[in-house]
Amino acid sequence: METVMNQQRNKIHPHKFTLWVAIASILMMFAGLTSAFIVKSNLTGWRNIKMPTVFWYSTAAIILSSVALQVAVRSFKQREMKQYRSMIALTLVLGIAFLVLQYFGFKSLWDQNIKFNGSAGAGQFLYVIFGLHALHVIGGVVALLVMFLKAFFGKIKLYSSVPVEVMATYWHFVDILWIYLLVFFIVIG
Amino acid sequence: MSESIHIHPGSVGHEVAHDDHHHGHHEQSFITKYIFSQDHKTIGKQFLITGIIWAIIGGLFSVLFRLQLGFPGQSFPILETFFGHWAKGGTIQPEFYYALVTMHGTVLVFFVLTAGLSGTFANLLIPLQVGARDMASPFMNMLSYWFFFLASIVMISSMFIQTGPAAGGWTVYPPLSALGQASDGSKLGMDLWIVAMALFVVSSLLGGLNYIATILNMRTKGMSMTRLPLTIWALFFTAILGVLSFPVLLSGLILLLFDRNLGTSFYLSDIVVAGEVLPNEGGSAILFQHLFWFLGHPEVYIILLPAMGMVSEILSVNSRKPIFGYMAMLGSLFAIAILAFLVWAHHMFVTGLNPFLGSVFVLLTLLIAVPSAIKVFNWLTTLWRGNIRLFPSTLFAIGFVSLFISGGLTGIFLGNSTIDIHLHDTMFVVAHFHIVMGVASMFGMFAGIYHWFPKMFGRYLNSTLGYVHFWVTMIGAYLIFWPMHYEGLAGMPRRYLDKAIWKSFNQFGDLDKMITVVSIIVFAVQLMFVFNFFYSIFKGRKVTSTNPWGANTLEWTTPINPGHGNWEGEIPEVHRWAYDYGKDGREFIPQTEPVGANESKH
Repeated sequence: METVMNQQRNKIHPHKFTLWVAIASILMMFAGLTSAFIVKSNLTGWRNIKMPTVFWYSTAAIILSSVALQVAVRSFKQREMKQYRSMIALTLVLGIAFLVLQYFGFKSLWDQNIKFNGSAGAGQFLYVIFGLHALHVIGGVVALLVMFLKAFFGKIKLYSSVPVEVMATYWHFVDILWIYLLVFFIVIG
Repeated sequence: MSESIHIHPGSVGHEVAHDDHHHGHHEQSFITKYIFSQDHKTIGKQFLITGIIWAIIGGLFSVLFRLQLGFPGQSFPILETFFGHWAKGGTIQPEFYYALVTMHGTVLVFFVLTAGLSGTFANLLIPLQVGARDMASPFMNMLSYWFFFLASIVMISSMFIQTGPAAGGWTVYPPLSALGQASDGSKLGMDLWIVAMALFVVSSLLGGLNYIATILNMRTKGMSMTRLPLTIWALFFTAILGVLSFPVLLSGLILLLFDRNLGTSFYLSDIVVAGEVLPNEGGSAILFQHLFWFLGHPEVYIILLPAMGMVSEILSVNSRKPIFGYMAMLGSLFAIAILAFLVWAHHMFVTGLNPFLGSVFVLLTLLIAVPSAIKVFNWLTTLWRGNIRLFPSTLFAIGFVSLFISGGLTGIFLGNSTIDIHLHDTMFVVAHFHIVMGVASMFGMFAGIYHWFPKMFGRYLNSTLGYVHFWVTMIGAYLIFWPMHYEGLAGMPRRYLDKAIWKSFNQFGDLDKMITVVSIIVFAVQLMFVFNFFYSIFKGRKVTSTNPWGANTLEWTTPINPGHGNWEGEIPEVHRWAYDYGKDGREFIPQTEPVGANESKH
């Protein structure tokens, strides 16, 4: 569809624009969940939780991966394909590391006897909200994997930086979303 | 497939060699052309036909439960033949009744009037009317349909399981919907309902993202935002509402899924069900209502706005007059879109909502009357002293205006929290929302189908059947829903299986019989429309000119049966707004015609 795009007199690429609208949409979902959290934290039977430290490590992992992807975008634009490949690989590894660390975070909470059953508290919300965030990261990891395979094994030379930029925007978004959610749980939970 | 479209780079007026290009005439297999098509027009037709099938199912359900309401307890042996233990002895069983009511609501609101209406016309009209080859992302557009298809399959399958489909009302309020032991309809059927709706939300988001990106980024040269036809503006606001409100419904449903299957207490607290004390504590059922209606109210406008847009277009074309107050129409669409997000709690006046908060929501709700009245005024003034051509599409558009007025007025009753205490959950509510949102939007959809059928299939629908369809549906709709206002004012509750033990409601016995008989007739006439639709696809009168209605908008500059890519050669450039009808002594001036030197200003 590249040709379709080129002949439109547009300022922002439609795929980039679509992503921004999608981000607004995803934000609404998390806004719904976090406002449900606030409403419920005032009801009886609410229990707060102590944030497991492993979530700080996952924060570090996802921030580093964002930096790596930003470097990848820059190297792609400068056609330094070797650096681009290694940075994409690094982003992918850090993304997977984030997911693994999230798993350990959930496990640590579960071991503290914060389970689904019984009365509600910040714990159940944490499983749902962080879980949904992790699903969005998994989506990003799959996209990164495709990009990684194309970068290493692709036969066609790509010159348009749009796919890389779209990927980066989404990845930074899940990164910032994660930081927001973490701060939200620390301040309000 | 997208690879098969060849599009010329460069703007209009730029000479491009045409020799080796054939627009949309590449060999396509049946599968890429009709099944996994990325052509927005084919996807639109897929939405429409799936929507029609859903409408038949949803409509049939309403006929079935109307049988119970009109003739309570009476035996119809044929029902047992078809529905087995759901209609034991030929009478509709309570579980079956509630399943029918729930599925009727779900199917009509989401699968017919959201996917079937805006899915069809957004896909068909956006690229054609803004002047684009296709959507911003044709692949995502195809996915949007197939997620809808999957949602349909899951929802249908829930009707064939032992315990039946969801039966707690289309609003699926917990705790009833959260506890499998509470009723048969809250067992597996409810899980399937949630899964189907989650798929539906994904479909609707993929579609909505595309609509917004296409309208904002892919307009042809000269097509400024204020030259867009009102259909496009309406579909634009519809898409924004969907993109911002459906995710909130999804989050509410995810929490419900956790409560149902993993024992969490997001919505559950202090419940005794069937003698068993549940351990859940601290949940809030009201929380679900907030999340649900934050979607649920914008959903009303997701259903209504596309109909409003199409009616504006059709009334202007067929009264051969410019739309009255284009900017006012636009402003009122915008106002409705904003207010749609600020009124959800008027569905919750009797949930123990703080009365002060309630009064704020009353004020905001009543404010919607202002843009609505502006729109009605403008439709009527567009018709006023027009050179009206009463095609079936025009009649349905006028019918829409009529229904919107009648249904809108009762909205003022219900929007007042004090009156709502008496009227909530009565037949008055049923009458109100069926007229203003259900039937009115159906009329908008019919108007759109009659008007754009020639563009979709290159043939006309049969007009005689169209006139019969209109008059029976119009008179029938009022006969069905008008009496329900009186029932509701007298306090008759909605959703009840049998009201025989209330002596005071006996006076409505014959009225209910009449409503049931009329709804069977109206349903039969809709089947006649469906016959007209499918017959005309293959055997209808052929369209012989590219612009059969003499309309200004860009879709009528394409070939009669446009290929993928819509225009052969360049995309036309736009020089004026879409409503130059009856100007300077000319019947209509298409958008593609440059403004002449001696032309009067519009």
